[in-house]
Amino acid sequence: MSEEDGDHHSSEATSTNSLSGSHPPDQVLETVLESVLQFLTCRRDRNAASLVCRSWHRAEAFTRSELFIGNCYSVSPARAFARFSKVRSIYIKGRPRFADFNLMPHNWGAHFRPWVSAMARAYPWLEKVYLKRISLTNDDLALLADSFHQFKELELVFCEGFGTRGLSKVAYNCRQLRVLDLSDTEVTDDNVDWISCFPEDETCLESLVFDCMENDINFDALERLVARSPLLKKLRLNRYASMRQLYQLLLRAPQLTHLGTGSFGLIENVQNMDDNQECNYYSSAFAACTSLVCLSGFKDVMPVYLPSIHPVCANLTSLNFSYTNINPQQFRSVIVHCHKLQTLWILDSVCDEGLQAASETCKDLRELRVFPVDADEDIEGPVSEVGLQAISEGCRKLQSILYFCQRMTNEAVIAMSRNCPDLLVFRLCIMGRRQPDSVTGKPMDEGFGAIVKNCQKLTRLAVSGLLTDKAFWYIGQYGKLVRTLSVAFAGDSDMGLRYVLEGCPRLQKLEIRDSPFGDAALHAGAHRYYNMRFLWMSSCRVSRQGCEEIARSMPRLVVELVRYDGEEGSFMEGDSNSFTVLYLYRSLEPPRNDAPESVTIL
Amino acid sequence: MEGSRKGAVDMLAGADLSLGLPGGDGAKLDFVRTGCKRGFSATEVDLKLDLNAKESPSSVEKVKPADPARPPAKAQVVGWPPVRSYRKNVMAHNNKNSSDEDQAAEKGVASGAAAALSFVKVSMDGAPYLRKIDLKMYKTYKELSDALGKMFGSFTAGNYEAHQGMIDFMNENKLKGLLNSSDYVSTYEDKDGDWMLVGDVPWEMFIASCKRLRIMKGSEAIGLAPRAMEKCKGRG
Repeated sequence: MSEEDGDHHSSEATSTNSLSGSHPPDQVLETVLESVLQFLTCRRDRNAASLVCRSWHRAEAFTRSELFIGNCYSVSPARAFARFSKVRSIYIKGRPRFADFNLMPHNWGAHFRPWVSAMARAYPWLEKVYLKRISLTNDDLALLADSFHQFKELELVFCEGFGTRGLSKVAYNCRQLRVLDLSDTEVTDDNVDWISCFPEDETCLESLVFDCMENDINFDALERLVARSPLLKKLRLNRYASMRQLYQLLLRAPQLTHLGTGSFGLIENVQNMDDNQECNYYSSAFAACTSLVCLSGFKDVMPVYLPSIHPVCANLTSLNFSYTNINPQQFRSVIVHCHKLQTLWILDSVCDEGLQAASETCKDLRELRVFPVDADEDIEGPVSEVGLQAISEGCRKLQSILYFCQRMTNEAVIAMSRNCPDLLVFRLCIMGRRQPDSVTGKPMDEGFGAIVKNCQKLTRLAVSGLLTDKAFWYIGQYGKLVRTLSVAFAGDSDMGLRYVLEGCPRLQKLEIRDSPFGDAALHAGAHRYYNMRFLWMSSCRVSRQGCEEIARSMPRLVVELVRYDGEEGSFMEGDSNSFTVLYLYRSLEPPRNDAPESVTIL
Repeated sequence: MEGSRKGAVDMLAGADLSLGLPGGDGAKLDFVRTGCKRGFSATEVDLKLDLNAKESPSSVEKVKPADPARPPAKAQVVGWPPVRSYRKNVMAHNNKNSSDEDQAAEKGVASGAAAALSFVKVSMDGAPYLRKIDLKMYKTYKELSDALGKMFGSFTAGNYEAHQGMIDFMNENKLKGLLNSSDYVSTYEDKDGDWMLVGDVPWEMFIASCKRLRIMKGSEAIGLAPRAMEKCKGRG
């Protein structure tokens, strides 16, 4: 990615100009190229196009309107914005995913500030910002709201560091705002009524998502906002919305396509109806929402109210019951109506029975996630290999599965590999560490082996249970399209990691914890690291010296060592050379200077 | 500690402990943190002690299960199972409110449909929202009392100890004591439309006649006691 191209071309252009008049052929070519390239949307295609030659590189950079930064530390804002001058949307990802599980300190990094400051100067016409695992402050949001007068979409996923004051600035200043989505994001309560800060006239709002917010909102203001937002299609309320409030909002916005119902269990202290009357009352509001295709919320559900969603079940393509602690019978009474369902997130409280019910009805299912009610290791789990087998037999079009369980067998996993060959994502979390096949007592190698062998489109894999190096041999042998691999408490020796690093050419993101892989394996993968987004290894057998060697031999690699034991503000015992996390990533920049004390950059 | 931590508490009750806290001498214990940033019910620190294994200073947990089919109880480690703390906090909060309904369901109540028919509304003075419970899921006043305490515990201004005594209507003497204080008292509306004090009649008679429950401030319930007595005399 050389930055010198620009100068060279302009001197060429001048010399041609003086010879042939006003339309030199290569400028025409470049203009044509730009008109064509602007239709190229897939960023991988664009990356390929930019490598053809210098003029293609230039044209592509000039026409790229969506900029994707997979690791905020791999490139600096200055460098990125110097190359791409016409960006309208920007996606930035920060922390590595394992940081979600309390394996890194909260102040590790991934700050929005340097990006938003640079964007404010470089892209005054910016329309869309999407951030994932980034820390941002109220001031950052204020700067965003002030700098981009055509700003339309803000999506924050797994972010934190700001509060309702920052939101109020966005609501107030961004008059063309269409999308304000906060998903799984922490928002502190600054005691600001941000909902009231939206402009008083009709808004362009199409999507308002705040189901993760843990503070109460001004419901009257929300109701008025919904009433003056005729384009609103997505609305996801937080837990503090009561049934009556939900009902009123549905009456105002029957055009909704995506609805987050809040708790679906808070009832005001005034109703005089009996149960049937109440259900009918609410279901009439649902029945009016003929465009509803996606339902979520139900965070503290009163199961008696579930029948009120029956009118919309037949149209649903997506149902998120992953905070909804209901039993198999209650679940069945809903799921039997959901013939068109493609995405289903549930809790294991529905048991194998509930999964059976889903497999009988949801023949079009593409994505299933089963979360645990109790994230403990040593308990009897309500879902098992029986549920997995049932799903595999009923839902043949399955593409993505995340399944938490306490027991599993190779047989069921092999069955899924055969029944669901279209799988792209297979994430199985057997919660007991190093737990073998619950029937045969053998390792889970054969099950995962069958998955990589039979599901030839697989791009993402998470393994668990008792696994030997053999499992990794299978992955290296057959997992040729795997881009993301998550490993925990698995493997016997360095060979396991070597099989993967040597065998998986498309591997981009490798996250490993508590597995016996050491320096030899780390070095065996050196040829891969410039082609990967990152490698994460925590509580493995790599030594500081081994990491230093890698850092020395690979100058464009940033090697971070983190010492963190899960407790904020504490210092770990042991000598200063010890660390818990190795996080390495390629970067065009020198190592960052915003790291906290617990991080050492080699 | 909330209901979902029962397992750990049971283990602690039976164990012979000397707690070696982090940084101290002796064994290093691994803690599970469920991320307290949202200010949910107290920091959830779960101690699960593997009393047989020798703890090592490193945070890597080493287990050699004797029988591969049934690993022994393990000391928990950070971030495993990989469930985000937001999700854990929401589930813990929900367990506080609804675990009783679920536990009762597990005890073998026939089906969801049957259970739904006998819900009664429960309101508490001062609480913005009311709940519904299925009286058939409880067998004694004590169970009901515990359930109500969990459901409405978050709405009382007092501390946790106070809430334990809040709904204690088993004892007539205590009832009178409650009536004289500003504590809460449970009342119910019966088939006749009269408001009675909970606890006067045998349990079976209560669930057959109870239409609605109301937890009111003790000071407001004073007038009820004489009527309750009269009704009881009337029933003989």
